Amino acid sequence: MTVQGDDWRPAASLERLRARAALLASVRAFFSARGVLEVETPVLGRFGVSEPHLHSVSVTSVFDGEGFLQTSPEYHMKRLLAAGSGPIYQIARVFRGDEQGGRHNPEFSLLEWYRPGFGMEQLMEEVADLVVGVLGCERPSVRDCRELYRTLADVDPWEDGDAELVEAASEFSGVVQEQISRGDALDLLMSFCIEPALAEQGPVFVVNYPPEQAALARRDLHQGYTVARRFELYVQGLELCNGYQELADAKEQRERFAEDNRLRQSLERRPMEADSRLIAALSHGLPECSGVALGLDRLLMLLVGASSISEVLAFPADRA
Amino acid sequence: MASYSTNEFRGGLKVMLDGDPCVILENEFVKPGKGQAFNRVKLRNLNTNRVWERTFKSGESLEAADVMDLDMEYVYSDGEFWHFMKTDGSFEQFAADEKAVGDCVKWLKEQEVYSVTLYNGAPLNVSPPNFVELEVVDTDPGLKGDTAQGGSKPATLSTGAVVNVPLFIEVGELLRVDTRKNEYVARAKG
Repeated sequence: MTVQGDDWRPAASLERLRARAALLASVRAFFSARGVLEVETPVLGRFGVSEPHLHSVSVTSVFDGEGFLQTSPEYHMKRLLAAGSGPIYQIARVFRGDEQGGRHNPEFSLLEWYRPGFGMEQLMEEVADLVVGVLGCERPSVRDCRELYRTLADVDPWEDGDAELVEAASEFSGVVQEQISRGDALDLLMSFCIEPALAEQGPVFVVNYPPEQAALARRDLHQGYTVARRFELYVQGLELCNGYQELADAKEQRERFAEDNRLRQSLERRPMEADSRLIAALSHGLPECSGVALGLDRLLMLLVGASSISEVLAFPADRA
Repeated sequence: MASYSTNEFRGGLKVMLDGDPCVILENEFVKPGKGQAFNRVKLRNLNTNRVWERTFKSGESLEAADVMDLDMEYVYSDGEFWHFMKTDGSFEQFAADEKAVGDCVKWLKEQEVYSVTLYNGAPLNVSPPNFVELEVVDTDPGLKGDTAQGGSKPATLSTGAVVNVPLFIEVGELLRVDTRKNEYVARAKG
């Protein structure tokens, strides 16, 4: 480990650290005024996340051998919801291995909240209230995911076969076709084609994702085709939050864990044991609800006009 | 040979890509929240000097290029090759061809130290120090007393390089020259 002369100093200016403190205070005031309860759940849990593209940081010498730093407080918060907590929010420190760059730090602050009885659209309104209140930007427009793929990338994830998607993704990104799976193609087109185009528009909600990108969202019929009831908010092309009308079905949740692990295996990533306590909570009954996770560091980047996440962190990974 | 994974990519790292040695200039991490991560990488091909932009799936790796930069003293030219000698006391010599020497040829002065990039043990590139001191071999006669006035004239140096110099500079003088800008800096105290 080489330590350079100035490494001990914070990366963010004092002014930005003050802006962070003010942002945290205004978020707490926002939820307090709406009667949403602040909660804290474990940062270190017995189970990691099964999602194929998230890497839970493993910790040894805890529990009976291994635990995981949480990639989001989702599983624990859903257990609170199932136990009858009502609307809850959390400002959580979360950890994602192998994520570092201009918009990523392996440890970051996630604002996550759940609204029993809210549909996806109602929660989007609340997200807009919060973000517009903080940034003073215009209210986000809403764009259908399918329409964006069609108009910007000239593909249709609901109609096209793997070959068409892979070809288009390869063209936009320069990655050779042999290395691109169907899922990669959708991600590449989002990152290299759709996101840059959204950067030139005002704030935009992207809604109704392809069913294979549901993660923990419900799948529903929409205008005659199946979509994941999932939304994301982009501001200046920066992915700010990810929300779901939540999957409440324990059986389907168990199947998705298995599905995730099959994909993990094909990617040569370690399988993650299904969180049996989450399954038990869903079996007990999760209220119909919508939930969203918002990257607070990125919201702060937009607020202060920072171009890199390290400019808003006291000590980003390379100074931690 | 060792290899480097995308999360080890840093500016300055030397890797092999499509059979050519390259140096990494920039590495941008791109990842949709729930999706596959990619690295958008800018590299300079050390053979052609062209800049490439490539996207890799995160976690992929590239073979390390057997490339190193060494300080070497310029010894002589035999007309076809330019010969350099290590400064570590080993007296080991390397012959650089015209392609490797490139533009640096106009700054080559015996006993001066240059940075020689070796690829698989052979010179791939030679770079001059930022400043060299060279003698003027040809320029118009100096204007006596004109030391403050602006104005300049071309002067040919002992290595063949031509730089613009102030009007008072005369043949035989030793000049300090900035090789990056091809610019006269000052009279050298020789």
